[in-house]
Amino acid sequence: MHIGIDVGGTNTDAVLMDGTRVLAGVKESTSEDVTSGIVRAIEQLRAQHAFEGAAVSAVMIGTTHFINALVEARRLAPTAALRLGLPATRALPPLVDWPARLRDAISGRAYLAHGGYEFDGRPISPIDHDELKRHAADMAAHGVRSVAISSVFSPVNHDLEVEAADVIAAELGPDVAISLSHEIGRIGLLERENATIINAALREMAVSIVDGLTAAVRAHGIDAPIFLSQNDGTLMDEDYVRRYPVATFASGPTNSMRGAAATSGLETCAVVDIGGTTSDIGLLVNGFPRETTTEVKVAGIRTNFRMPDVLSLGIGGGSHVDTGSAMVGPHSVGYKLTSEALVFGGNQLTASDLAVAAGRADMGDRSLVAHLDPDLVRRALESIAVRVSEAVDRMRTSAEPIPVVAVGGGSILLPDEIPLFGKVHRPENYAVANAIGASIAQVGGEIDKVFAVEPGRREATLDAVRQEAVDKAIAAGAKPATVSIVDFDEVPIPYLPGNATRIRAKAVGDLDMGV
Amino acid sequence: MAWTLDTQHVPDLARGAAVLGTGGGGDPHIGALLATQAIETHGPVTVVPADELPDDAVVVMVAMMGAPTVMVEKLPSLDEVVAPLRAMEPLLDAPVTHIACAEIGGVNSTIPVAAAAALGLPLVDGDAMGRAFPELQMVLPTLFGLSASPMAFADEKGNTGVLHTIDNLWAERIARVACVEMGCSVIITLFPQSGAQFRQTMVLGSLSQATAVGAAIAQARTANEDPVARAVEELRGRELFAGKVVDVERATTAGFARGHARIDGEAGTLELSFQNEHLMAQLGDEVLVTTPDLIMVLEHDSGEPITTEALRYGQRVRVIAAPADERWHSPAALEMVGPGYFGYPVTTHRFDGTPDPGDRRGTADTTLAPTDTLEAVR
Repeated sequence: MHIGIDVGGTNTDAVLMDGTRVLAGVKESTSEDVTSGIVRAIEQLRAQHAFEGAAVSAVMIGTTHFINALVEARRLAPTAALRLGLPATRALPPLVDWPARLRDAISGRAYLAHGGYEFDGRPISPIDHDELKRHAADMAAHGVRSVAISSVFSPVNHDLEVEAADVIAAELGPDVAISLSHEIGRIGLLERENATIINAALREMAVSIVDGLTAAVRAHGIDAPIFLSQNDGTLMDEDYVRRYPVATFASGPTNSMRGAAATSGLETCAVVDIGGTTSDIGLLVNGFPRETTTEVKVAGIRTNFRMPDVLSLGIGGGSHVDTGSAMVGPHSVGYKLTSEALVFGGNQLTASDLAVAAGRADMGDRSLVAHLDPDLVRRALESIAVRVSEAVDRMRTSAEPIPVVAVGGGSILLPDEIPLFGKVHRPENYAVANAIGASIAQVGGEIDKVFAVEPGRREATLDAVRQEAVDKAIAAGAKPATVSIVDFDEVPIPYLPGNATRIRAKAVGDLDMGV
Repeated sequence: MAWTLDTQHVPDLARGAAVLGTGGGGDPHIGALLATQAIETHGPVTVVPADELPDDAVVVMVAMMGAPTVMVEKLPSLDEVVAPLRAMEPLLDAPVTHIACAEIGGVNSTIPVAAAAALGLPLVDGDAMGRAFPELQMVLPTLFGLSASPMAFADEKGNTGVLHTIDNLWAERIARVACVEMGCSVIITLFPQSGAQFRQTMVLGSLSQATAVGAAIAQARTANEDPVARAVEELRGRELFAGKVVDVERATTAGFARGHARIDGEAGTLELSFQNEHLMAQLGDEVLVTTPDLIMVLEHDSGEPITTEALRYGQRVRVIAAPADERWHSPAALEMVGPGYFGYPVTTHRFDGTPDPGDRRGTADTTLAPTDTLEAVR
């Protein structure tokens, strides 16, 4: 058996799983120190379903800790951003588009150095070790504890990033963490560099968080390996998290979506998560969230992380309803639903009141909404169903039919059937879906690079990329026999000669839990 | 009246330029960052209306040539903005007094702002297209017989070249090859002209217009009005169609992102044909609008312009059309940028749906010398 834990901002959910069967599921409030919340959650699991520590083969943890730390600008390490690319790129140095608040929070220092490549792999200028040593001395003098290194076109050739890292490491010693951009982002220098700087700023915290999580699990006599959820839902081991904390950034919505799908028995579906203020809509394809193709802003910083593509509508259980136009949202009473909604004796007509009036939900005092005009109730609820189904339609990538799964407290707003998609699936056990999502034991490997495809060598190049992704998945702990390519993309880059092609391959397999 | 372009104008200019880019012209984000940084470093830019330009002013266009994909990775240094101008200047009768945009669509509307700031020169309110087109000879001054040469180009490494070509198509061909060798992102300076010539050959006021379009969209959003309707009003165009993107088909051939998009709406299915820029809109068999008039795709509610690269299934969009500069409708101009040039065997249609009387394809008289065009315009 294995354990899935989701540490959210408010709640810590945990499940004890036997394969895909839920043996026990609990909800605890998240503690300030993270650790004690997890300790209590595991105690609760034990109380529901006794088990020996030795019987647990793996513990999977999803946490929003790192993204919250960035958003709140706390516990970030003094960080330097070093970019190789001179004489190019001088006009826009590293950190140029960061909000001042976050630049200050990481005591950000930007350095430009020679190096980098052209789109076709020719060098822009030779790397200069003396220049790097001078920069390193300045970093040391300013108390830098973490360094992000980027290099122009490093997704094409990353040799110079590695070489510069060796030079900087030799100067600054082993206590300074170094993050390399080619391991974190893709084409688009500023966005990739920003993601790398964020990663660098979180490295110190990653060490203490991982140590804390490990201690909490070990305190229960569980010696099994510990994994953390990544943005796409696959798992990474503790060493990887220490080096790439940014890879956890989107694990919250991802685990929620994957959990919803898993509890509904679906692999490809749209998930509509309706809360108090918004409806968040995402798409799962073969169990993995469809990812954004454009830049993503995190805490006001433009990055090109692979994040699940989530569309938010201003419709939730607490949404205001206009009695004239029957418009729902975007204003909401939010968490004050239980004091401000009509059914709870308040004065604000909310979407939840409509659901009660229509007999779709039973909460508060139904008599307090008996006076509502049935026509208004019908029109407003219909408009919710139409807008949600339009949004789902907007998210899907083709006209193929796709099942819709509705979760969250506000899902009572949806009828049993919605336009375009028909039946709405409502999973049971959803209260701990995030933890179930975290517990899905898959690991993956992804390659995303630009290649100059030589004439007649296309197939060979594509095969080599696929194999590289498979090898990476196996190295991450996948059972070789279960690994397959789940995502493959080949995009010729316009305006460039020499068949420059961006190739992306993702391989995923089941975690080898040694049982 | 001359006005001062400061950092607060840059987002409006970039958004307006993305609208006028008609789907092409590259990601305006980097262009906007460059302009903002240059203004913060060197101070704001004076924008001079063409009617205040002295007759003997020396105006030069500054533009980025290359691949937008490269530009987001190998960012410019802005040193390469100065070099081509300095290489070109000794070949001119007098020092350069003003900078201008070659095209108002996309990044080439904001790069000249950065250049003007870095060079400490004023920018003239106008451009050579009034929109975006993919090749450097596709500008109104070509129709007036103006030469792109002497033209200079430079990369960030310090390499500089100067061209003297027999015509503007050769300038495009030779510069394009050099550009690839130099790393696929160079700054070019070209089409030196006098203030008097500028007033005759260029689209006047387009920098102000782009800024006004961008500002109108932003203001409409804040005021809860319809941003698309406001954009249509600013452009004196019309809304063609509203619907949902149901299919996008693209292939990259010969350096151009060619393709089609189908949009389903109440009036049927609109088909857009694009090659970097949107070039033709058809409803069933009926041609609604073609190049050179402007076809633009805006997000249905926010009015945010959508580039051809960012078009995808499911988007709710509105397609709008607006008139191009009248001189683009002369027979010689349609030879250069009409639908026939881009391989669409249809008659040119104006933004309001009427067939273009200037389209003489299929008749004997299809070749007009630039001087004829000049006469026609006068």
